[in-house]
Amino acid sequence: MVPANRLRRVVSTTAFRAAAVAVAVYLVCAGVVVGLLLWQTNRVLTDQVLGTLGAEADLLRAEAQTGGRSALVRAVEARSRAGGPGLYYLADSVGVKLAGNLSRMPSELASGATGGVFRYTAGQPAGAEPRLAVAIPVDLGADMRLIVGRDVDDQRRFAGEMGTVYLLGLVFLSLTGLLAGWVISRVVLKRIETINLTTRSIMQGDLSQRIAITGVGDELDGLAANLNAMLDRIEALMSGLREVSDNIAHDLKTPLTRLRNAAEAALMDPRGAQACREGLEHTIENADGLIKTFNALLLVARLEAGVLEENTETFDVARLVRDVAELYEPVAEERGLELDLDVAPDAQVTGNRQLIGQAVANLIDNAIKYSAKAAEKATASAPTRIGIGVGLHPDEIEIAVSDRGPGVAAEDRERVLKRFVRLEKSRTEPGTGLGLSLVQAVARLHGGKVRLEDNAPGLRVVLTLPRRMADA
Amino acid sequence: MRVLVVEDDRETANFLQKALKESGHAADLAEDGEAGLALAEEGVHDVLIVDRMLPRLDGLSMIKELRGRGVRTPVLILSALGEVDDRVKGLRAGGDDYLTKPYAYSELLARVESLARRAVPEEQETRYVVDGLVLDRLSHRVTRDGEQIQLQPREYRLLEYLMKNAGQVVTRTMLLEHVWDYHFDPQTNVIDVHVSRLRAKIDKNFDKPLLHTVRGAGYTIRDGPG
Repeated sequence: MVPANRLRRVVSTTAFRAAAVAVAVYLVCAGVVVGLLLWQTNRVLTDQVLGTLGAEADLLRAEAQTGGRSALVRAVEARSRAGGPGLYYLADSVGVKLAGNLSRMPSELASGATGGVFRYTAGQPAGAEPRLAVAIPVDLGADMRLIVGRDVDDQRRFAGEMGTVYLLGLVFLSLTGLLAGWVISRVVLKRIETINLTTRSIMQGDLSQRIAITGVGDELDGLAANLNAMLDRIEALMSGLREVSDNIAHDLKTPLTRLRNAAEAALMDPRGAQACREGLEHTIENADGLIKTFNALLLVARLEAGVLEENTETFDVARLVRDVAELYEPVAEERGLELDLDVAPDAQVTGNRQLIGQAVANLIDNAIKYSAKAAEKATASAPTRIGIGVGLHPDEIEIAVSDRGPGVAAEDRERVLKRFVRLEKSRTEPGTGLGLSLVQAVARLHGGKVRLEDNAPGLRVVLTLPRRMADA
Repeated sequence: MRVLVVEDDRETANFLQKALKESGHAADLAEDGEAGLALAEEGVHDVLIVDRMLPRLDGLSMIKELRGRGVRTPVLILSALGEVDDRVKGLRAGGDDYLTKPYAYSELLARVESLARRAVPEEQETRYVVDGLVLDRLSHRVTRDGEQIQLQPREYRLLEYLMKNAGQVVTRTMLLEHVWDYHFDPQTNVIDVHVSRLRAKIDKNFDKPLLHTVRGAGYTIRDGPG
């Protein structure tokens, strides 16, 4: 990657921008604070110097008034000799120096100013820098001129250094802030890049890949975990789809082939019109079978995708079960089976009566289909029984249909609920292979479940639906 | 009987027209909802067959509009949408029956004929009579040639529906819908077993069978050969 390009990428990240904005705001605040601090320091120091000078001027003026000129000269000389920051210059009316440690009258104060800042070199080693001082004139009448001053060079230098330190601090802070922003955005960018790379290769078809989780437990980990969960779901759906399309290939192609064969056979049949008629009848029969499978498939797909639409009502599911059982009772009897009902008196559920009816019908139809073989062995005096029960539980209603058929092995129970799965490999038994999937889809749509149990021998299928309280 | 077929697929429409003609009925065609509305408003048809998906004005809107204008001709809705909710929507819009595509023509014919019959003002019949078979709707008694026949409640309702449509074909799906109020496919031919039980009670000991199986279509009760 070209460095300029990388720089642009880092700079354009959210993390870096956030860091830069934070640094900028911080710098402005710090600048204001430092400025105020320097200004205030300066003011305090200046006030202090001016106060000292004023007091000294008062003292010397008093000396001159009480002791006259000679006393003032002595006092100024004594102060000049004392060392320290004090600066003095006393001259007579024509400008001849009488006393003081300054070599001359500072030009900044010459023309009757009330005070000022000047530089002086008196008393310093030769070649030294002129030092900064503040001075005020003392009013002593017309015959003498006195300047009282104070060296502020150290003070000023201190303040200047303070300012430099503050400034350096600001520069340091902004640099580290920007650097931190840079580093953070690089780190974030790298992790997002990882996620991007993984998703890209997933989009290219490798659904088994997952995004690495660092274990830090931050938002990016949360995002990665969610993406992974989504991928799991997609992968499950995809493999389900693959399985379904494999099964569709079999379940729809077989009758389609038969349909085509029947038509072709009729055309080839030398008997002519009669054969054609039979062939067409056969064709319609096969087409009806296809339509049935197709409709069941659409219904399951729609239920699995959907929500309960209008057309829901609160009704007595026990009565519905009794009715459906009654519908199947003659068929069962014809096959030497007996429906054994154990149905609770009143079981209110809210849902789609037709769909739940269809689910119950599928369960009973399955039970009859798979019990038929067992029934052949049974004697007429002891017919094979199919148990149909509706049980009330505090929160749910259980509809159970149990048969004495071959049953379903424990490891296959999950699988038979899927679309088109039929356990006999031949798939020659009548039926769409969608019966239990439809029951499951109806259950899910109503917030219920389907569970397969061992009826020892045989299969017991339990459909649970959330119970509707009479007052709810 | 004169039928109006409102269907935009020309091949389907022509098939229906031809098939209805073969069955002894006249059929007019309309290709979209607006044309259908205009023709239906003339009020000369006994039954309307209306496809749900139509250009210009969809089937349900057309039926609503028609009902709004006071036209009460029975309507059979044809639709590729076959879920319970679609059916309910169709009936709510003012349809009288609902048939999902693809359908068997025999099913469509049976339903159209049943609808046409329903349109004739039905005087509150208290007795259905077919030859010597009498069903008294007040006392719930069934007799044949004066001999009482004991029926289970469901068998009674099955016979009642068949006799109400006496002389006409009633399909298995129609029986399931009207006698059991189920709008789903019961997989096995459960209806056949119920009908044969009923037949055993009303026909078995008599010379002339009244309850006939119509091959490829359904059942009919009639006085005469099936």
